[in-house]
Amino acid sequence: MNDSDYDPDVTIDSRDATCPGPLMDLIGKVKEAEPGTVIELRTSDSGSKSDVPEWLDEAGHDLLDTVDNGDYWSLFVRTN
Amino acid sequence: MTEHIVVVGGGTGGTVLANRLAERLGPEFERGAVDVTLVSDDRNHVYKPVFLYVPFGEKTVADAKRPLADLVDREITVEIDRVEAVDTDRKRLDLRDGGRMTYGHLVLATGTGLVPEKVPGLAEGGHHFYGPDGAAALRDELATFTEGHLVLSVIGTPHMCPAAPVEFVLMADDWFRERGLREDVEITYTYPIQRAHGIQSIADWASTTFEERDIRLETFFNADEVDPDAGVLHSMEGKELDYDLLVGIPPHAGSDLVTAAGLGDDGWADVDRHTLESPHAEDVFVVGDLADVPTSKAGSVAHYEAGTVADRLASRVRGQVPTATYDGKTVCFIESGMDEATFVEFEYGTQPTVRAPSKPIHWAKLGYNESYWLTARGLL
Repeated sequence: MNDSDYDPDVTIDSRDATCPGPLMDLIGKVKEAEPGTVIELRTSDSGSKSDVPEWLDEAGHDLLDTVDNGDYWSLFVRTN
Repeated sequence: MTEHIVVVGGGTGGTVLANRLAERLGPEFERGAVDVTLVSDDRNHVYKPVFLYVPFGEKTVADAKRPLADLVDREITVEIDRVEAVDTDRKRLDLRDGGRMTYGHLVLATGTGLVPEKVPGLAEGGHHFYGPDGAAALRDELATFTEGHLVLSVIGTPHMCPAAPVEFVLMADDWFRERGLREDVEITYTYPIQRAHGIQSIADWASTTFEERDIRLETFFNADEVDPDAGVLHSMEGKELDYDLLVGIPPHAGSDLVTAAGLGDDGWADVDRHTLESPHAEDVFVVGDLADVPTSKAGSVAHYEAGTVADRLASRVRGQVPTATYDGKTVCFIESGMDEATFVEFEYGTQPTVRAPSKPIHWAKLGYNESYWLTARGLL
């Protein structure tokens, strides 16, 4: 469970991800997703908090929310 | 009662697993307590890392292939057939040629397939080295490529062997230099995120090396269309790149079997990352590229996962509690040219250190590629 108001259509569990990493996992799902899909990316890599918004900005998708769950973060993304 | 284990797929994961079961369960095989069937739709076992060397004339496509029957322990029954459907409630498989097969435990290890057609123009305009035909065609193309812009674009996310695209451009740089053509060949490497590789330490090493070797790095580039007539690559970020020779790492797909059987929603199988067991069905395991775990789709991963699943299955057959777990161990050699290499090793949640490339590590990679056939037999 998490504290976000968003109910994801797709959840990606990239906690403890090594190669090639959470953002690559997210991009793979975004490419397959219909516009308007809400994706939750679970990541334990603190770098994701800056990596992910930077890519979303480049690619034109929205970051809805970032939730700190203690030992991992949930980043909620909506595809456009 | 005999425990019937069915392994689907004759690549690294399936073959290592079947052979490890034969080794671990010798006495149980002898008294008929277990039997293992390996189902594959290919009579040959294919070792894909060989394909990286084919475009440069260092290996041939034939070097990647050996008959499955020569690699699999004689205790294992090999069925050459294709699994068309998995019914996890009835614990039954539908086969293309051979009717039905029931199982007590099932391991799926069917790997991943290439789907270049998902990107318009890629099949017509792009080359790759991720399969035998692609590698052979790229060899012919490279042999006559004497000037122009070579673009390697990482398009598929996820894709097999995440280090191979870095290796390819470093090898190409060296190969063109050796042939006196580097001045006339521009090389660009594109990657989907804001650095040269998903792992920070590999990205840092690759960026520095690219700069030293005059390889242009284009980040935040997710190609979504190729125009073969104009020689232009378009990205979903709105960028364009002209090319004369495009090496595009194609999109990859899991298996329709997985989706149809409810084992995952997009062709990749959901598994417990430590036990490789499906959360959606009883007594079903998945190893290799098909399993959705947070590490590379790489041969070493399939190899180590297969060892874990073999141990867990062996414990079950003996009536013991399985304790073996997979910790995400991944080992990748990385070529940095035609005669030097480095390697990385990591587990879930850890960052590898990239050591300075050297000739001995390159020789070790070539040596391992030969001794791989002992790995497939379950010996190494």
